Amino acid sequence: MTAYLSLAIWVPIVAGLLVLAVGRDRDPGAARWIALAGAVCGFVVTLPLFFHFDTTTSAMQFVERHAWIPRFDVWYHLGVDGISVLFVVLNAFTTLLVVWSAWEVIQTRVAQYMAAFLVMSGLINGAFAALDAVLFYVFFEAMLIPMYLIIGVWGGPNRVYAAVKFFLYTLLGSLLMLVALVYLYGASETFAFREWYELPLELSTQILLFVAFFLAFAVKVPMWPVHTWLPDAHVEAPTGGSVVLAAITLKIGAYGFVRFILPILPDASRYLSTFVIVLSLIAVVYIGFVALVQADMKKLIAYSSISHMGFVTLGFFLFNQLGTVGGLVQMLSHGFVSAAMFLCVGVLYDRVHSRRIADYGGVVNTMPRFAAFVVLFAMANAGLPATSGFVGEFMVILAAVQVNFWLAFLAGTTLVLGAAYTLWMVKRVVFGAVANPNVAALKDLDRREFWLLAVLAAMVLLMGIWPKPFVDVMNASVADLLAHVAKSKL
Amino acid sequence: MLATLAPVMPEIVLLSAACAILVIDLFLDEPRRKVSYWLAQAALLGTAWYVLATAHAAPAKGFGNMVVDDMLSDLLKLAALLCVSAGLFYGRQYFALRGLFRGETFVLTLFATLGMMVMISANSFLVLYLGLELMSLSLYALVALHRTQAAAAEAAMKYFVLGAMASGLFLYGTSMIYGATGSFDIDAVMRATLDGPANRILLVFGLVFVLSGIAFKLGAVPYHMWVPDVYHGAPTPVTLLIGTAPKLAAFALTLRVLAGALAGIEFDWQGMLIVLSLLSMIVGNVVAIAQSNVKRMLAYSTIANMGYMLMGFLAADLNGLSAALFYAITYVLTSLASFGVILLLSREGFECDALDDLRGLNQRSPWWAFIMLLVMFSLAGIPPTVGFYAKFAVIEAAVNAQFVWLAVVAVLASLVGAFYYLRVVKLMYFDEPVDRSAIEARGDARAILSLNGLALLALGILPQPLMGLCVVALTQSKFL
Repeated sequence: MTAYLSLAIWVPIVAGLLVLAVGRDRDPGAARWIALAGAVCGFVVTLPLFFHFDTTTSAMQFVERHAWIPRFDVWYHLGVDGISVLFVVLNAFTTLLVVWSAWEVIQTRVAQYMAAFLVMSGLINGAFAALDAVLFYVFFEAMLIPMYLIIGVWGGPNRVYAAVKFFLYTLLGSLLMLVALVYLYGASETFAFREWYELPLELSTQILLFVAFFLAFAVKVPMWPVHTWLPDAHVEAPTGGSVVLAAITLKIGAYGFVRFILPILPDASRYLSTFVIVLSLIAVVYIGFVALVQADMKKLIAYSSISHMGFVTLGFFLFNQLGTVGGLVQMLSHGFVSAAMFLCVGVLYDRVHSRRIADYGGVVNTMPRFAAFVVLFAMANAGLPATSGFVGEFMVILAAVQVNFWLAFLAGTTLVLGAAYTLWMVKRVVFGAVANPNVAALKDLDRREFWLLAVLAAMVLLMGIWPKPFVDVMNASVADLLAHVAKSKL
Repeated sequence: MLATLAPVMPEIVLLSAACAILVIDLFLDEPRRKVSYWLAQAALLGTAWYVLATAHAAPAKGFGNMVVDDMLSDLLKLAALLCVSAGLFYGRQYFALRGLFRGETFVLTLFATLGMMVMISANSFLVLYLGLELMSLSLYALVALHRTQAAAAEAAMKYFVLGAMASGLFLYGTSMIYGATGSFDIDAVMRATLDGPANRILLVFGLVFVLSGIAFKLGAVPYHMWVPDVYHGAPTPVTLLIGTAPKLAAFALTLRVLAGALAGIEFDWQGMLIVLSLLSMIVGNVVAIAQSNVKRMLAYSTIANMGYMLMGFLAADLNGLSAALFYAITYVLTSLASFGVILLLSREGFECDALDDLRGLNQRSPWWAFIMLLVMFSLAGIPPTVGFYAKFAVIEAAVNAQFVWLAVVAVLASLVGAFYYLRVVKLMYFDEPVDRSAIEARGDARAILSLNGLALLALGILPQPLMGLCVVALTQSKFL
């Protein structure tokens, strides 16, 4: 049996180190090609995970288990189920896009840039595939280092503030989680967190642990009110950094909810579900309004990310199959759509060097092909049927109706708000008369940019029209998860 | 005769070598000074080899039970010797460019190392004190080596006065413990405290004084005032020496006194350790933020790190002590690399000691910036560097000993700490260099520093060998 998961983790990391070793600032060509080769290989080794995945079982697949730190009974233990497998593939795919999108855009310290993304891609795969709590934590926290450097070295004018804020915010949550993990180890004598699913815990203990885990993952998602690092990080990060942040790293927060909080602390989760649902709804509605008034395109998309991720946490805490699967589908869809939106902003930024909405207008006149893509992705972001954005949101709203009508009603406002802020931005940027000489001088997409966006557009439409293959992968694992959530540990 | 000397053979080897170098150096003229340097290196590495070659599992006691040669002492001595040797490699150029490349520098270094080895092997309060004094006196002199510099003289004075007071406290406490138990022998004191006939009030008074002396040597708050000034004022290679290997000796001192001799009054010293550990973590990490000098910042970082190490002692079981041992060794390794980079960047007439001197290091030399990045993330406790496992182990020990609240405070303090470590990374990677001069360093220092930095990463990916060794060393040494 091939160790596909180990390959998915280590191929990008080794490629990244190779890029660092070979890359020279004066001749970035070699670094680019090695990085691309590494990203392609990294993507190819994840494909068997999807195509050889057995959708009939909720058990872990592609399992690898080797002793790592016997002193603390820590294992190098990898495996994926229907919940995590798609994110490994999505991550490898996004890395490929990021390397490709940086081809001509990044001109300073190319080797370090490419290496940072490749290493981070491996670490993220590790976080999704780890079945040992310490192994998960190591990957979870190690990925802060490359992201910190990406924002700080290649970011915008306020990059230092954004990078430090990003790092410290995330670290705060994860350090408390570390104490929680150690506590659970003390209670169970193992770091294999799947065994914690069966560990009996008092409600008061569960609530304290819930707080620790919740802080770690809520910051990462991010949920209101611990979301404030995200707009800063997104605005200052280079395009690739924004893409990976939005498409992948936010998902790790949501993944933590379904992997750790719900099954390990089912009673606390039910006890505190109203609290989480309220926070999610605030994210959906209030942050939707906040997005409406943004003058900066990247900031607007960042707030729209928070709003969309609110749907994900909402879906998880409804505790039914439809809501949980809907949340996961929403995560995947948001991975494609937000990546595409940030790439679109990157395309404009590379030409005009401004992210302000007011600096544009009438882009459709000079960049018709680009405008077509933007409109498609905007529709997906607004949740139009036949795009991927619709599927997840619709499932979560249906699930919410089963629980409470007004809940569903409030969640449903996102369809209005999402359409409002996204389409209004598109109207101001893309349509109308040519606003200024900068816009008049714009050149339409080159071949590299065209294919980049075309691939994403194909994925968005595919998921929107035929979501079945994705949902089928998840179903068995989600059913198993809900069985754990339903079982009291008191 | 020779058999009884076996437990102290490494010390004898080093002492003879130091004396020989002292004499040989008199006959060397200035251009041939490097002979003494290489002899000192040979003495350190030779002793290290001897310690390794004669390492054995069963503890052997000598000199009427006054010294002990066990696996723990072998491990600590080996680490201390290699660390001092690497420190000399890093510091050679610095010494040479400032007229400090002299015989007495090397001999004093060897004597300080000898003092550490005596402390590590001591099995009696008096021998502990002897080692402590030998180490401290050599270090006082080393700090003052740069006679013409006011800062160095001030640091030496401060170090000497406060250090002498701490030694006095330790000695005073020892006399009380002697009064309560009738013995200097650590095993005998341990039996007396465990059996309980000893005068408990006297014993606790003795404990307070002894622990104050220990806390001073560790640099734990509130006995930390000397640390920043001495780190700042001393010539950087001497700061390196003070900031690394003596921590191993101080670990041995703490272990033999608290977990060994005074195991019977664990409840009394546990509370004191909580206060020391808590204050050190908070004060060290918070005050470090305000520093603009790298050496002062690392001084406060040491204070904080000693606080984390003390957390491992709270439980006083195998789990906690092996975590503390692992912490001490990995901290020394990390600290060694941090001073190594600072020494590497210093050159003739230029001290790399302001934080701003690290600005833009990534553009001057990506490799050394990467090594310093590893050091900083290791000190901050971010995986995949070894510093993470050190913090992880002591936090696990604290939670295991039912001090969950202390673990929470510890991680919050380390969040504060992460801020200033991140600032160094920010300076190196995000800022433009102000000084673009090429980095000059000897090949051997470069090679060893590279290995040292990569060891932080390698041990971070595979921590088990060292962790396992710490457990085995403590088990074999019959601690607990």
